[in-house]
Amino acid sequence: MNPMTRRKLILGSAATVAGVGGLAAADRLAKRYGLIPPDGSGIYGPGETLSYACQRILTTRTPAREFSRDMISKNPFANAVAPPNDAFKQLQAGGFKDWRLVVDGTVARPMSFSLADLKALGLHSQITEVACEEGWSYIAEWIGTPLSNVLREAGVLPQTQYVVYTSNEEDAWESIDLQDASDPHTLLTMGMNDGDLPVPFGGPLRLRLPRQLGYKSLKYINRITATDNIKKFGKGLGGVDPEYGYAWYAGI
Amino acid sequence: MRATHWLTLIAFLALFITGSLIVISHPRFYWGEVGNVNTKPLFVIPIPASRDTVPTGYKYEMPDENGWSRALHFEAAWVAVLVGMVYGIYGLWSGHFRKDLIPARCDWNLRAFRDRMAKYLRRAPPDPAEERSYNVLQRTAYVVVIFVLFPLMIWTGLAMSPTFTAAFPLTAALLGGRQSARTIHFLVTWLLVLFLFVHVAMVAMSGFRNRMRAMITGYNRDREESR
Repeated sequence: MNPMTRRKLILGSAATVAGVGGLAAADRLAKRYGLIPPDGSGIYGPGETLSYACQRILTTRTPAREFSRDMISKNPFANAVAPPNDAFKQLQAGGFKDWRLVVDGTVARPMSFSLADLKALGLHSQITEVACEEGWSYIAEWIGTPLSNVLREAGVLPQTQYVVYTSNEEDAWESIDLQDASDPHTLLTMGMNDGDLPVPFGGPLRLRLPRQLGYKSLKYINRITATDNIKKFGKGLGGVDPEYGYAWYAGI
Repeated sequence: MRATHWLTLIAFLALFITGSLIVISHPRFYWGEVGNVNTKPLFVIPIPASRDTVPTGYKYEMPDENGWSRALHFEAAWVAVLVGMVYGIYGLWSGHFRKDLIPARCDWNLRAFRDRMAKYLRRAPPDPAEERSYNVLQRTAYVVVIFVLFPLMIWTGLAMSPTFTAAFPLTAALLGGRQSARTIHFLVTWLLVLFLFVHVAMVAMSGFRNRMRAMITGYNRDREESR
């Protein structure tokens, strides 16, 4: 072995040790500051974790991207919707008067809201884009009450880490971290473009999450569950989409 | 330095394959901020889609591979970006960019390009100077790929991220919107594939085994010295 390669070997080993040490330190820091997503393990774990952690650090407290009224899409696309079940059809026949949003989990006061109750919490409007992971998108005005209003009413307990939301659609559930849950743009949406939210677009109640891809904006929301342990839900990956291989964090 | 080349190749192939699989779910392209099946496309790739909501004219639906494709696409993008940072820092620090990539001042004209191209067409042997470094055409191609196309891929990729554009709206707005970014991302992919083909063809023409040995080990059979 000539001196050149020996020096390279020593340098290379030192770099490897430093790299592994750096990774371990980064892992400890990420765990401490909650920068590892629920699906941040397995072969794609490093990629998911890097995206989530970097975007969380870079974009703390930045508002959603809003558009001017003249950019609202004339022909928005509702995407495919599973045929509504009998319970949904019954509620629809009654004009959704009996639609309830249940709020439970790690909250001081588990409660339920009618659509009128939600409207009474104060309506906000935002003109934001729905971007589907497939590649298409549209812009609409969304009217509703921020999720944070509902969470405040129920009194979220301090140990809460994630907010799980469930749809009337079979097996559809997702979750978000507290940063997204308390963002004023995370909207329990009841109206779209100055009318009631149409059923194909998620009416009567859709959780709009404009800083993440469309599949996180679940339609037909009927339950909100605050939790301190996301592993208790489903396969522990934080949503039904991650169970099919889609990222839990869809901000990218 | 050589390791960054091969890691980039692996990341690029992963990005190309997964990117193609993602495109199949919506093989329509638009210009501007928004675009969907209800709006007029800029162009359409005439292939079946992996989602039944896209009107392609085909009865056949491709298998849907978006879940793992997206995960691998972003992981490979991270590899490419991190490797690119190492390469960029090393290239600046070692003078590799200045010495080997930026074309010499006297070559900043059309005649230098034309002369070198004519030499390629005559299949003339390389100058002594070219034995050690790159000629003006090679330098230009590498500079365009490294300093224009790769950064453009990163930029257009970020311009499709709803969180990133929320924080930095100009990333998308400067390109004309989210759908423009997606279209540019797609088109630049093909420029990179074109580069890859020409690059491999040139290596093959200059003696595939000898070049490969140099690219992998750093040793050149003619000059037994390390670069």
